[in-house]
Amino acid sequence: MTIELRTSPHQHSGRDVPVIMRNVVLSLLPICGFSVWQYGLSAAALILVVTVSCLAAERISNQIRGMENSLADWSAAITGVLLALTLPPAFPLWMGAVAGFAAIWLGKSLFGGLGQNPFNPALVGRAFVQAAFPTSISTWAPAFGPGRFTDFIPSSLAMPFMSPPDIASWVKQQGMDAFTGATPLARWKFENVSASSMDFLTGQVTASAGETSAILILLCGLYLAARKFLDWRIPVAVLGSAMLLAWAFHFAQPERYPTPTFVLLSGGLMLGAWYMATDMATSPITPRGIWLYGALIGILTVVIRYFGGLTEGVMYAILIANATASLLDQFNQPRILGGKRGKS
Amino acid sequence: MRLPFQKRAATFHHGIHPAYHKETGSLPIRRLPFAPRLIVPLSQHIGKPAVCCVSVGQEVVRGEVIATADGFVSLPVHAPATGVVEAIGVMPAANGKMVDSITIRVYQADGQEVQVRSPRDVDALDRQQLLAAIQETGISGLGGATFPAHVKLNVPPESVIDTMIVNGAECEPFLTCDHRIMVERTQDLLRGIRYAMKASGAPRAVIGVEDNKPDAIAAIQAALPADGSITVKAMETKYPQGAEETLIYALLGREVPAGQRPAAIGVLMNNVMTLAYLGRLLPSGEGMVERVLTVAGPGVERPGNYIVPIGTPLRFLLDHVGARSSAREVILGGPMMGMTISSLDVPVTKGTSGVLAFGKLQLPAQAQRTYACIKCGECVKVCPKFLNPSQMGLLAAKREYALMAERYNLDRCFECGCCSYVCPSHIPLVQQFRVAKAVNREKATA
Repeated sequence: MTIELRTSPHQHSGRDVPVIMRNVVLSLLPICGFSVWQYGLSAAALILVVTVSCLAAERISNQIRGMENSLADWSAAITGVLLALTLPPAFPLWMGAVAGFAAIWLGKSLFGGLGQNPFNPALVGRAFVQAAFPTSISTWAPAFGPGRFTDFIPSSLAMPFMSPPDIASWVKQQGMDAFTGATPLARWKFENVSASSMDFLTGQVTASAGETSAILILLCGLYLAARKFLDWRIPVAVLGSAMLLAWAFHFAQPERYPTPTFVLLSGGLMLGAWYMATDMATSPITPRGIWLYGALIGILTVVIRYFGGLTEGVMYAILIANATASLLDQFNQPRILGGKRGKS
Repeated sequence: MRLPFQKRAATFHHGIHPAYHKETGSLPIRRLPFAPRLIVPLSQHIGKPAVCCVSVGQEVVRGEVIATADGFVSLPVHAPATGVVEAIGVMPAANGKMVDSITIRVYQADGQEVQVRSPRDVDALDRQQLLAAIQETGISGLGGATFPAHVKLNVPPESVIDTMIVNGAECEPFLTCDHRIMVERTQDLLRGIRYAMKASGAPRAVIGVEDNKPDAIAAIQAALPADGSITVKAMETKYPQGAEETLIYALLGREVPAGQRPAAIGVLMNNVMTLAYLGRLLPSGEGMVERVLTVAGPGVERPGNYIVPIGTPLRFLLDHVGARSSAREVILGGPMMGMTISSLDVPVTKGTSGVLAFGKLQLPAQAQRTYACIKCGECVKVCPKFLNPSQMGLLAAKREYALMAERYNLDRCFECGCCSYVCPSHIPLVQQFRVAKAVNREKATA
């Protein structure tokens, strides 16, 4: 009998990094499917191109750094899929590829790869293209176009470094005159028109590829939380604080500020709360830190939406909160069992 | 999923639910035959080693004292079998060190009755006499701590014990010897509890048993004394329910102040096995010549609980229970806190609560690929002491051992292994903490 020497514990839960990451990717598939059903070929190609470019970026940086292949840990795949879901469905594919490389290289590899990144890589990628391509990132396409499964939306196939074709004339050709090209948040901000909650729940709104159906995102997030692949406290804190603050504003001036429901369901808040804010590497781990972090995101989102120049604030709210995560941990170390009260 | 505000069975916060593998809990205790040679270390307890009082070639009778206690914090050693002293000298022990031991060649034809005994009326003894009698039995903490029982029960005059906690949690997976002791030797256990209460001056005792052992709880309940001084409490089945501080918190809601002994808050804790042997050996005046332990794991063909003579080499024990050739790892104790051994020629001692043989499939984290810490915070969620293993692991990687102790309470970690168990990156956190503690200790003494 050969004997091996090891140190305790001699058992393991069996849940390792690839298992967690793979489950997150799987839970995103229904959202991807819904997006493809709404936007057809363009959404499918966008998700594919962005994910593949993230994987390629990860592989290249493995090579440069002389590291083991890290594609098998599935973390680059999460970044790719999540990033694609935050982009407008008719986003030019080459810009999507740029976003993918920016996400992995600027958001992750530069800091040392898995677990080392202070900011959510998918949002770093999106922030990069928001600065680089301000027009394309705010050009929205209508859902359920008649030929969506046979033809691309023309802007998807724009040549690199050329201006994408105008989407408005294409929309007219398709006979979808009702399409305004503005998100509900923009319409609320600039025209003071509020969309109905039902439209948000079923995805009948103008939005990013994966942000249209709040109820689908909620279900997928709840599944992950129930299986303990994400920390339920973060989305609860994010959505709870955003709702409370929105309710306070709405209560004070109902004609000026939208209902809390509108705030919760519109834009990227649902996707951000369940899938972006919960990114393990960039969120705190101490109990009080987690609640404060989530509340910060919720509050910043509402403040940016109401008082900022942008119509949507989730991305910057999460990136700013990411920056505070390790500080929140430092100042909120829990009291140990048998430790003095009020002291860590 | 349990919601945070829901009421739960007596328990502590955090912890894990590993696969328990308690199949041997339903099997009655069996007796292991005598090995041809028994290796009896002189130091099977914390404290000064015993002093050998036999010589090579001398015949010894089962139960006879072969080494005497050296002072108060020490224990005598009894001959585990009738035979002849073959050698006195250093032999390998489970921890990998060479320790002074007495090797006895066993007379196989002998009936092996315990022949040396001095029956006594325990109830007539006063406290000092009782403590002396406990020392004579040679009983140390049989849960694995191996602290001499009489030293633990000798409560210093400045502290008053109001409750004795009896640890029947047995939260380690695979181990079921405490379970069987509670079922089969209930009277011994309750007698032992009474003796320990008298020795320590504790007016009441609470027996904590995890709720995966309903037959043990029922057996104890049926035998409890009518005066209500001893009670039994079912606890949630959760690891590490049986660790000293978590058990005290679960049963009494009291926290042991960091760095202090439970006596500081009026509590004394003993393992059920220790007390059952106390109740069995004190009246008859016998010494500790054998103990009940669990032999289990996927590498064993006939797992179960066995009465094993002290000094039995593990090779003999594993041969007897049918170790499979697939076995790769032999663990003394449980799978969460036990240690692997490097040689099968080391003996069973008083502190051996289990012998587990694991095959390749059960190989732990260290064999698999490790990833960088992804800061998932799972370790923070399971640490029963509310430490921050994630942060300490990152500091350990940078060898910031002093900082780990100063800022993150490294010394409060009791190495239960919950953090390593859940770590999705397979970071050997507990091992890093052991290294850090050892380096800090070395620096402190240098």
